[in-house]
Amino acid sequence: MAEFKLPANSIIKEGKTWPTPTGASRVKNFKIYRYDPDSGQNPRWDTFPIDLDDCAPMVLDALLKIKNEIDPTLTFRRSCREGICGSCAMNIGGTNTLACIKAIEDIPGDITISPLPHMEVVKDLVPDLTHFYAQYASIKPWMQTSTPAPQDRERLQSPEDRKKLDGLYECILCASCSTSCPSYWWNGDRYLGPSVLLQAYRWVIDSRDEATGERLDNLEDPFKLYRCHTIMNCTNTCPKGLNPAKAIGELKKMMVERLY
Amino acid sequence: MSLVTPLKKARGLGSAKAGTHHFWVQRVTAVALVPLTLWVAFTVAALSDQDYATVLTYFSSPFSAAMFSLFIFAAFYHAALGLQVVIEDYVHNEGVKIGALIGIKLFLALTGATSIIAVLLAAFGN
Repeated sequence: MAEFKLPANSIIKEGKTWPTPTGASRVKNFKIYRYDPDSGQNPRWDTFPIDLDDCAPMVLDALLKIKNEIDPTLTFRRSCREGICGSCAMNIGGTNTLACIKAIEDIPGDITISPLPHMEVVKDLVPDLTHFYAQYASIKPWMQTSTPAPQDRERLQSPEDRKKLDGLYECILCASCSTSCPSYWWNGDRYLGPSVLLQAYRWVIDSRDEATGERLDNLEDPFKLYRCHTIMNCTNTCPKGLNPAKAIGELKKMMVERLY
Repeated sequence: MSLVTPLKKARGLGSAKAGTHHFWVQRVTAVALVPLTLWVAFTVAALSDQDYATVLTYFSSPFSAAMFSLFIFAAFYHAALGLQVVIEDYVHNEGVKIGALIGIKLFLALTGATSIIAVLLAAFGN
């Protein structure tokens, strides 16, 4: 059955509360999920009080401050710090988003930070995305053609056809949407999830790609595609403001369209 | 320890090349049920203070019997498709899942057929 209750060794215990910085007038508590599978201990919530007058504005800035100045064992992924690499996707204040483009002041009260939901945790805020990336590879996210490439130039695409990729090409594969989706939680082993399906749609409607039918064939499956029940968490949570639910809807429409 | 590659796991048994018919029929029956349910609701409400004989006579008209039978067919078909989705979503033990899918379909086929035959008996007069 679906897992509605955590196993005993996954229950999150109260952890360490670090001292409040002296002389700080604007203090914000960051409650951060800590877990080290090698330790054999249960996960815990550690509380870090941060002086906002001595911290840059984004949630990632606070995480870096904690790692640099308070607890160097805090583990998380980050790279570009400008919302284009997707490394720092995590659950912040109950919503999956990118720590680098989420402003601290946008979240009232204490800020809880945990890894992307329902993924295996490697350590602290680092989830195991191996299966997610393999699912992405399984949709063959590259151009497939039978027509040989023109000898003297690139494959051409009209401005109108290029416009169809807007709202799709911006996806950075941060996995915020897929890990916000209950269908992906319950059946992520077989369901491709909103992120990968959005990418699949991106190649289906690319005017230069010639494998449309094969791509639709490979998606036509009760689990790979049809686990989507238009819950819309994906569209709600996307830190880039994209609409994976619409892309999935378009795929389903194409499936019906080729029947009649 | 498993040495199976992530890609093999992600590809699984491949695409079933099915699911679209299920998806489409679920939507078609949903749309059909809008007028059918309204018709049944109004009819039952209008007949609620009539005696048995009047109700039987009403359902002996071909149109009423057809509408009621179609309503039952669409409702039970829709229920079977919907419950299948619920079971596939939440039941992860393969044996229990197959058993539940077959059980649900047999149960709805039996209750649906019984309901339609009851309408036909009323229509043709037992």
